[in-house]
Amino acid sequence: MTFEEIQQKLQTKFPQGIQGVEDTVPEKSLKINPSEIVAVIRFMKEEMQFETLGDLCGLDYPALSSSCVAYHLQSYTHKKVVRLKCYLPRENASIDSLTCLFKAADWLEREAFDMFGIHFNGHPDLRRILCPEDWVGHPLRKDYQTPDYYNGMPVPLYFDNSTEPASGSAKT
Amino acid sequence: MSTTHERVEGHLSQSLDNLRTDELLLNMGPQHPSTHGVLRVVVTTDGEIVKAAKPEIGYLHRCFEKHSENVDYMGVAPYVDRLDYLASMNNAMGWAIAVEGMVGIEVPRRAEFIRVIVAELQRIASHLMSFGTYGLDMGAFTAFMFGFRDREMILDILEMLSGARLLYNYMWIGGVSRDITPEAIEKIKTFLDYFEPKIDEYNTLLSFNKIFVERTKNVGVIDVETCHTYGLTGVMLRGCGVKWDLRKEVPYSIYKEVEFDVPVGSGEMGTLGDCWDRHIVRMREMKESVRIVRQLIDNIPSGPHRGKVGKVVKVPAGESFSRTECPRGELAFYIVSDGSAKPFRVRCKSPCFLNISTLDELTRGVMVADLIATIGSLDIVLGEVDR
Repeated sequence: MTFEEIQQKLQTKFPQGIQGVEDTVPEKSLKINPSEIVAVIRFMKEEMQFETLGDLCGLDYPALSSSCVAYHLQSYTHKKVVRLKCYLPRENASIDSLTCLFKAADWLEREAFDMFGIHFNGHPDLRRILCPEDWVGHPLRKDYQTPDYYNGMPVPLYFDNSTEPASGSAKT
Repeated sequence: MSTTHERVEGHLSQSLDNLRTDELLLNMGPQHPSTHGVLRVVVTTDGEIVKAAKPEIGYLHRCFEKHSENVDYMGVAPYVDRLDYLASMNNAMGWAIAVEGMVGIEVPRRAEFIRVIVAELQRIASHLMSFGTYGLDMGAFTAFMFGFRDREMILDILEMLSGARLLYNYMWIGGVSRDITPEAIEKIKTFLDYFEPKIDEYNTLLSFNKIFVERTKNVGVIDVETCHTYGLTGVMLRGCGVKWDLRKEVPYSIYKEVEFDVPVGSGEMGTLGDCWDRHIVRMREMKESVRIVRQLIDNIPSGPHRGKVGKVVKVPAGESFSRTECPRGELAFYIVSDGSAKPFRVRCKSPCFLNISTLDELTRGVMVADLIATIGSLDIVLGEVDR
């Protein structure tokens, strides 16, 4: 099953759901309407043999002023991975949770929330997973500033990238 | 007049009625030898029965993904070694393949041979670690010593090649950092001759040991449905009878030229997909790895060990999701490049992260000792869970 066939099949089933194709190399991605993401993935899981959620992660595009969630659906039958992307507004981004379809989404969505502040509606236990519960900010956002203090302890800065404009002013 | 026995019985039932039963919240870890690293499991127990086991992770979070956005593509490679520090070579190979796929770098055949040999040796080392520590978890100390003794030999070989024992920075984009030497080839051959019969010995020692089998059979059973919904891959998936190995199904590097079998669990000792099945899959995979290395070691073609790659790797704008089969499952790198020297976004999908997320479901209602058996059989490395 090629990418074009998958796109065709989804396009027929969800005329409003597919917003287009991102023509990136070496792999293309499908742009999905965020409000239909659960329906699209349910269809892919149940009718198109995409059995597994290979990965779910967030992305931050300050230039487009949007956050994004990238889903990688994995099929053992077709030996294929398909990437679906949902673009959300950058501030107060929220999207429906996939936990009703894949249990893997539970932790993966928690990580996306932790790192990007994307809210997943209907997630049973949406809290931070890698950072401490009382951490401020979402570290993988491009405009993230490392706080000087955490609970009164100075946060060490090993190197400073603030002079370089390319990757924002992240200090690590 | 009642007998002594009846009196004791009556007393016992009376005291049981008055007994206050309460659930106990137990913190296992983050500093605990049987959690294999800094994992904390918040266990709710009712006596010896586990009611819930919630893993708390993040103690080893080193911001790999954030670091990657601040260094160039070559600079990420040493960080990648530190994800799954027991299988650095496999991780680094995954990263190299991901970047090479985006740029379109041709890797010389000699480098491909060296890569696969080294990756398979690393797989053996990683499985030996799993074998040893799992034995230790189950109370068998000798297995641990044997596992470490043989792993040390592999580490010596890898040190000969790369100059480091654990974190090698050996697989560079476009090839490997140093060429393989004739002495190293000899040493690998000697090791294979020594090691292959040892696998059977270890199986006799541990895998088919009555006590070990009793501890691990019918424990932590996973079925295919659970695997799919949790996205489990690698040994977890093969342990429940699914013949899926990326090296076979979606071959990368030169894996399609070598012959090897994919061992799967069959429920030999108990239920299909239990801890014992996962253990034996790892043991049998070591044998297959030996077989792969044997096929390659005598036929390494001559040529350069690294392709033509500039000092700074220029990755064209694009997105790639590249998977490789690591000892713990499918490790994937999702790279988004905007055409600049540094990656726009690097996402590491770690198999251990998903493996450990099943813990709560697998251990609900089991004994505390079975919880240890289950954690051990998941074979997690916290460096990869937390990244």
